[in-house]
This record gives sequence, C-alpha cells and structure tokens, in this order.
Amino acid sequence: MALMSLTAVELGKKIQAGEVTVEEAVRDALAAIQSKESQIHGFVTVDEEGALRQAAKVQQLIDDGTLTGPLAGVPVAIKDNMCIEGMRTTCSSKILHNFVPTYTAEAVINLQKAGAVIIGKTNMDEFAMGSTTETSAYGETRNPWNTAHVPGGSSGGSCAAVAAEECPYALGSDTGGSIRQPSSFCGVTGIKPTYGTVSRYGLIAYGSSLDQIGPVAKDVTDCATILEIISSHDAKDSTSVEREDLDFTSALVDDVKGMKIGIPRDYLGEGLDAEVRDAVLAAAKALEAKGAIVEEFDLSLVEYAIPAYYIIACAEASSNLARFDGVKYGYRTQEYDGLHNMYKKSRSEGFGAEVKRRIMLGSFVLSSGYYDAYYLKALRTKALIKKAFDEAFAKYDVILGPAAPTTAPELGKSLSDPLKMYLGDIYTISVNLAGLPGITVPCGKDHKGLPIGLQLIGDCFQEKKIIQTAYAFEQTRAYEHSPLA
Amino acid sequence: MKQYETVIGLEVHVELATKTKIFCSCSTAFGGAPNSHTCPVCTGMPGSLPVLNKQVVEYAIAVGLATNCTITQHCKFDRKNYFYPDNPQNYQISQLYLPICRDGRIEIETAEGGKKTIGIHEIHMEEDAGKLVHDEWGENSLVDFNRSGVPLIEIVSEPDMRSAEEVIAYLEKLRLIIQYLGASDCKLQEGSMRADVNLSVREVGAAEFGTRTEMKNLNSFKAIARAIEGERERQIDLIESGESVVQETRRWDDTKEYSYAMRSKEDAQDYRYFPEPDLVPIVIEDAWLDRIREAQPELRDEKMARYLEEYKLPEYDAEIITGDKHLADLFEATTELCGAPKKVSNWLMGETMRLMKEADMDPENLSFSPENLAKLIKLVEERVINSSVAKEVFEQIFKEDMDPEKYVEEKGLKTMADDGALRATIEKIVADNPQSVEDYRSGKKKAIGFLVGQTMKATQGKADPGMVNQILTEILQG
Repeated sequence: MALMSLTAVELGKKIQAGEVTVEEAVRDALAAIQSKESQIHGFVTVDEEGALRQAAKVQQLIDDGTLTGPLAGVPVAIKDNMCIEGMRTTCSSKILHNFVPTYTAEAVINLQKAGAVIIGKTNMDEFAMGSTTETSAYGETRNPWNTAHVPGGSSGGSCAAVAAEECPYALGSDTGGSIRQPSSFCGVTGIKPTYGTVSRYGLIAYGSSLDQIGPVAKDVTDCATILEIISSHDAKDSTSVEREDLDFTSALVDDVKGMKIGIPRDYLGEGLDAEVRDAVLAAAKALEAKGAIVEEFDLSLVEYAIPAYYIIACAEASSNLARFDGVKYGYRTQEYDGLHNMYKKSRSEGFGAEVKRRIMLGSFVLSSGYYDAYYLKALRTKALIKKAFDEAFAKYDVILGPAAPTTAPELGKSLSDPLKMYLGDIYTISVNLAGLPGITVPCGKDHKGLPIGLQLIGDCFQEKKIIQTAYAFEQTRAYEHSPLA
Repeated sequence: MKQYETVIGLEVHVELATKTKIFCSCSTAFGGAPNSHTCPVCTGMPGSLPVLNKQVVEYAIAVGLATNCTITQHCKFDRKNYFYPDNPQNYQISQLYLPICRDGRIEIETAEGGKKTIGIHEIHMEEDAGKLVHDEWGENSLVDFNRSGVPLIEIVSEPDMRSAEEVIAYLEKLRLIIQYLGASDCKLQEGSMRADVNLSVREVGAAEFGTRTEMKNLNSFKAIARAIEGERERQIDLIESGESVVQETRRWDDTKEYSYAMRSKEDAQDYRYFPEPDLVPIVIEDAWLDRIREAQPELRDEKMARYLEEYKLPEYDAEIITGDKHLADLFEATTELCGAPKKVSNWLMGETMRLMKEADMDPENLSFSPENLAKLIKLVEERVINSSVAKEVFEQIFKEDMDPEKYVEEKGLKTMADDGALRATIEKIVADNPQSVEDYRSGKKKAIGFLVGQTMKATQGKADPGMVNQILTEILQG
C-alpha cells in the first residue's frame, strides 16, 4: 500500500519504468479505499470493476509505447459533479441518485486520453453548495487529520481522499473556494485556474460564471502536471479560452528572486485566526528570504465580495438547478396530484436544505422589482472587484494570503449558522468573482494539529507565476502525511 | 353607440431555416421519429452547454436590415425562467436586455390603396421548446424534444395596426421579406410562422391606449382575421356594458370562433430574466454587417419593379408572381431559358394556378423544373404542338415534371403537317357533311367551325387548327 504515499508524478514514473503495473497501482488505491472509507467517506461511488478493466487497457497502451505521459496509469478520483459516461453522477444530491450520464466531461476526457484510470467519484457538498461537505445527501466526509473535523468543501471528498492517500490525486471544482479551502483544511495542494482555462462541458453547473475545474494533489508539481493535461480550448464551451501558455510545468522552478508579492492588509484583519495569520506571515518571510519582494497593501472592497458572490452564484444556481424537476431523470416523488404538485414534491424531497436556501435566495434576487437592487448591483460590484485586482496586479506579480480564516471546524458546528459559514469564504470568493487563478499549498499546522493553507493569487492567465512561487515555497518544507495516510 | 378604434400590435415567431439547431448540431428537420434529433444540449442534460449557431445571427441580421432595424452590434442572450415539461432546462435562452435588432419599420398597402408604416419595436433570437404528446392509451404525457432548440426570431411590432386587413398586410409583407431572404419558409399551418395578437380598443380620438389582451393559437390568416374581429367585439361589449377589459392572455379556438382566458396579469409569471452566463456576448463587427448587407438578395418590391421594367410584365402578373418567392424563381429561371417572359407568365398565371387550385397546393410545393416548361413553350412556338395539346402536356409536366419533347414523341402528339394526309382527311369530312358545306356556302360562315371541330376530332387533336382552317377555306371556296 506504499504506492499511495507517492505523488502522482512519482507513481507515473514507476509505471513508465515498469517497476509498478497499472493494475498494482489501481489495486493499491482500491485497497486503501476499502480500509479507510469507514473513517473518511471520501467517495460516493467506487468503480472497482471499471477501474481494473481500464487498468488493463492503459497497461497495454503503455507497453506498446502509445501512452508515455506522466500520469499514464495513475489512478484518479473525480468530484461527483463531473459527468462520466456510464458512471452514476449524483452531485451528492438525492435528486440525482440514479443519474447516469451518456457523456463525459471534457476535463475528464483529457485525463482519460492521458491514460488516467478513474477509480470513483468523490463526495461533495450537495451541488457544490457548502464549505464543509456536510450538505451531501450521502453523508459527510471527515478530515483525515482528525475525523472529528470537517474536510472543508465543497470538494471535501477529493481533498480528503488525497490527504488520506486513497488515491494520488483528484479533480475538484471551485466556484467560491471549493478547491482551495478544503485543500487548506486537508493539508494538500489545489489550483483553481483562470476562468475559461479548463472546459466546463460536463461539469454540472452551480454558478456558471464562476465555476472552474482544477487539480487536487500532494504537491505543486502534481498540480501543474495535472492542470497542463486537463486544460484545453473546447468548442463545446463558449466560455473556454484559447491559450498557448498551457505548459504549466515549465514554471516548476525554485526561484522567486525579484518576484513582487503583495499581502492585502484586508486579509489579515478581524476574523482571522492568530495561528493561521502567523503561519501565513511566516510563509511570506520564507519567500522573502528566497529573494521575493514582499509588502502589505490595501486591496479594498473585500467586504463586498461575499454579498456579491452569494447573489450572483445563487441567481445562476436557481436557474441552473431548475432542470432537476423529476420529469426526465433523477428523483421523482412517489405520489402526486398533477404536474405542479409533482414538481413541488420532487424538488422539495430531492434537494437538501442548503440547496433550497440558495435556490430561494437566487430566485428572490432575480425577481421583478428586485433585479436592479440586487443582481445588477452585484454585477457592478464584481466589476469593481476585478478593477481592484487589476490595480494590485499592476504592482505585484502574486497576491499572498490565507485560504481560510480558520483551520477545519468540528463536524456539525457550521450548518446551523449559514451566514457565519458564508463569511469563511472571504479570502477565496473574490478570486472567482474576478476570474483569477489561485493555488493553496500547506504552510503549517495549528495547535490541534490541523493543517493551515497558504493561498497565492495570480492575475488572469498568470498561473505560472503562482505555480513558481508555490513551488519555491514548497521547497522550504517537507510534505506532511496525514495520520490516516 | 360610440365609435371605437382597434389598436393592434403583433408578436411574430419565425422558425429559421438553419440546418442545425441554435445551440447544438442536431438537425432541425421536421418529422423525425420522436427524440431522434436530440443530444445532451437540446434535452437540457446537466453539464451540457450551449454553443451559438452563427447562421442564426446572420439570418436575424438579414431580417433586421430588410426591415430597416438598427442592429445591436454588442448583443447578449438572457435566460427566461419558467417551468414546463416541454422546456428541458426549465429556462429558455432568449434575448431581453439587448435584442439583436431594434427600431425598424416596414411599409404596407392599406385597403384604400394608400401606404402605411408599421414600426418594429425589436427582433430577438431564441430557442423553440419541445412538444408534449398526450398518450392516448395511458394517463401520461410524453415529450418530444426534436423541436427543442430549433432557432426562432421573434419580431415585435409597435401597436401601429388598426384593422385585421392591416394585420394581414403586415404579415404578408413580413412573410415575403423573410422568404425572399431565405431565412424561413414561414408556413403558418406548419407553425414555422406564428403570430400572437395584442389588441385593445379605445374611443376614436382617445389619447391613451385601452387595456390589451394577448391572443395565441392563431394558425392561419383567416383565423387571425376572425380572432381580431371576435376580440374587438368582445372588448367593446365589455366596455359598453360598463365592465372593464382584463389584461390577460387568451387562446383562440377557431372552430368555435371564441377565445378563452388562459391567464391574467395577476398570475402572470415572473420570468426572472438574467444574462445567460454560458454564452459570451455577440460582437457584430462592421465588416460582418457589411458582408451580410452586401449579400442581401433582391427583395420583393425591387423585384416587382424590375419585372415591369425588364420583362415588361403587366403589373398584375408581376404582383402575383413576385407574391411568392418560389414562383418568382421559377419565372426567372424559365424566362432565362426560353426568352419569352410573357409566355412564361401566362403559363404560371393560367394553367399553373388552375392546377394548383385543383390540387389545393401552395406555390412552394411546385415541383416542375424550369427546363421542362421552357421546352414546352418552345414546342408551341415552333408549332410542333398546338395549344390544346400543350395544355395536356403541361398537366404531365406539372404532375411529374415530364420532359415534354419525349412525351410528345412517345404519345405521337405532334401537329399533323400538310402532308396530304391532312388534306385527304378534310376532304372526307367535307364530303361527309354536305349540310355544313351548304350552310357555309350560303353565307353562314360559322359553319366552318363545325368542320374544324370534326377535323380535330378525326386527328385526335393533333392537327394545327390554323392549318385546318386554311385548307378548309381553300376547299370550300374552291
């Protein structure tokens, strides 16, 4: 079972070298899942049969020299909001309990072409709405560092599975921090790329204008490698951007000399846990010691990001989730009286409380008479936030800060106060509103032994700068395996 | 009784003639097996995303230019949210905030022979919904998504029309413009053109509009005219009896000639429009606009003027022929081949119209080729066949697009030449009908008609009547 403690790239090398077979790697992942799932519950679906079948095919293609890429034969887990042909895709919701897509998400296709072997689908907050993975209809995921704590969310299953070493890497999605915050809580590395870099085709939408797929892995090298593979210009996604600078691994250079790093003072104020602040500032010092120029500045508008985000994301979600109505697929109520009663009962029974809350909020802000006061104002705020970042990036290459104000909270403590939970997204959501890339790397632990994450934010299309900075920082400390690894 | 004025505005939906749907590459062909022209996008499957078909934008711009609209060079799509099973995503992708065309106008001819300008408020692009099919055997309804995602434009007029005649004239004009552009076939019966009528009445001279109703389910010009008349009377009756008109949507039942309230403004839905985040704004550069403008085909009014000028057709002929794009195309192609515009026009205005009426068909379903009609015209001109044979041959062309030369050859329909045989036949007829000969010679010149008829009968109509006349006269006078 030692294979799962390797990074994806290390495992890929061993497979290419013939030291490990794809089947061995896959069986190792399946065994880890078998032994740890009762404690972690990172997966909604494990596809043992499919994974072994795929392993044989990939092995053949590696043997005949067709597949030579770094991730060929390496097992991967996919967040359960990405469609995979023939594999149940639930978004951790009861309303999609039986939904089996006939098509595969473009990002997953890109992985498959590179020889990835999908072992299963990871748990998440229902429809990616939440910060703890407790809103899943299939039970919560637990933090591998301390199973009394949440893994964060919404990509909590993906991050916990990587931290628990049930699989070497996973895909997550990030609408308001859903990759970066759980990566921080689970002590792993995750990237949310620039909006438009990874195709959203086949990703079940939450907030369409904010959603991006990204990698979750043990280190920056893995994340850059995975991102390079999943990024593509996709004609099926109109918001997909044609980029020629997708060679993210070229930025894996241990050098930050002269790199200008700004720390928003707004990110260090009230609400930030002292241990988190200390760890983040220590990371900044470490970068400074390597030659980076670090200074604090005022980003402004930070407090407006949360209301703007929840209005835009919920408005889009209220419309995106309208299709789940019990008519064509998914959950339909048992007994009903007429069409409207069928809609109402199916949706009332099929969606969980947080999803219903956001659908109602989104429907409200789009209603006639409220649109200008809420939605339009939120769009204007979004534009102003983007402008504030533009000004910051005129001065800095990278913005540095925490990924979350605290370390992982205990299970069961967050959902009773949704507003407080929403405030926990303060450092991540403005990145989505502005469409920027962000990366989280582990930078320490609190007194309870829970991981703390460092967030680096780049300007649009400047993934390489944050990858390079994160890589340089990563060289200053060793990767810490979770107790459940 | 007070004098009332009817105020009418129209919302016209036109299905565009693209080969594929507006947001996916599924076929728009009509009549496939249920759900055979579908994919994850047009069935609203989770994770699917729309990709705009550029041809839809081009058609919308073409219609906008032809109706004197301003083109919105930076336009967007919006989502219109409502739940209905024929609407797979439970939202329709449409345009509210920045429609592609605005502030247009077209000119119609009024019943009095004058001209009137009807304003076009806007034209926007949107997707069609699927179709609900009610299971005749069970308690279920089924959904066919073949039509889901078929591109539509909605043309919203200003409330500038005052009578059913003006509405019909406006619709006819719009239909011709769009047909000429090739943007749609605009068939009301098949639903590729659908009109909703917004109607209110007010006292003549009143400054304010009355409360309007919207009428749906109007699928022929006749139904539209009847519905307007019915709704006008209903509203006047309400006002006269001291009640007020309720702003509502009504459904016209053309067999009962009555409309039913569908929903009132109070329970009107809030569509919660917002910009479609899955599509990027459409930027229409000047160069693109110029290219479409340059590619605009000749429209009806220009074509009519040209027919009078270039082909010297009578105005009546020109009006009828240009009144249908297919007919006009047929006319021009045939004229090009035979060089006899008036003759072509005669065949189209006469026999073609007659046979179409008999078969109850529309000009767009005409299936004969210009080549065969041109050949027929030549056969008559060169006196290879006479005009009554030509009519018989034309019926074959009309029905089966038969090659007239071949047909005439095979059936032996060529006019008999004066090769002695015709003269012998006529001499025999003259000998057999002494009474007629007597009548002719005694001054009843009309008697020759009977003899000509007998000759035609004896030759199964193949003789050239002029020649028969000539030979008969020679014999009778000789």
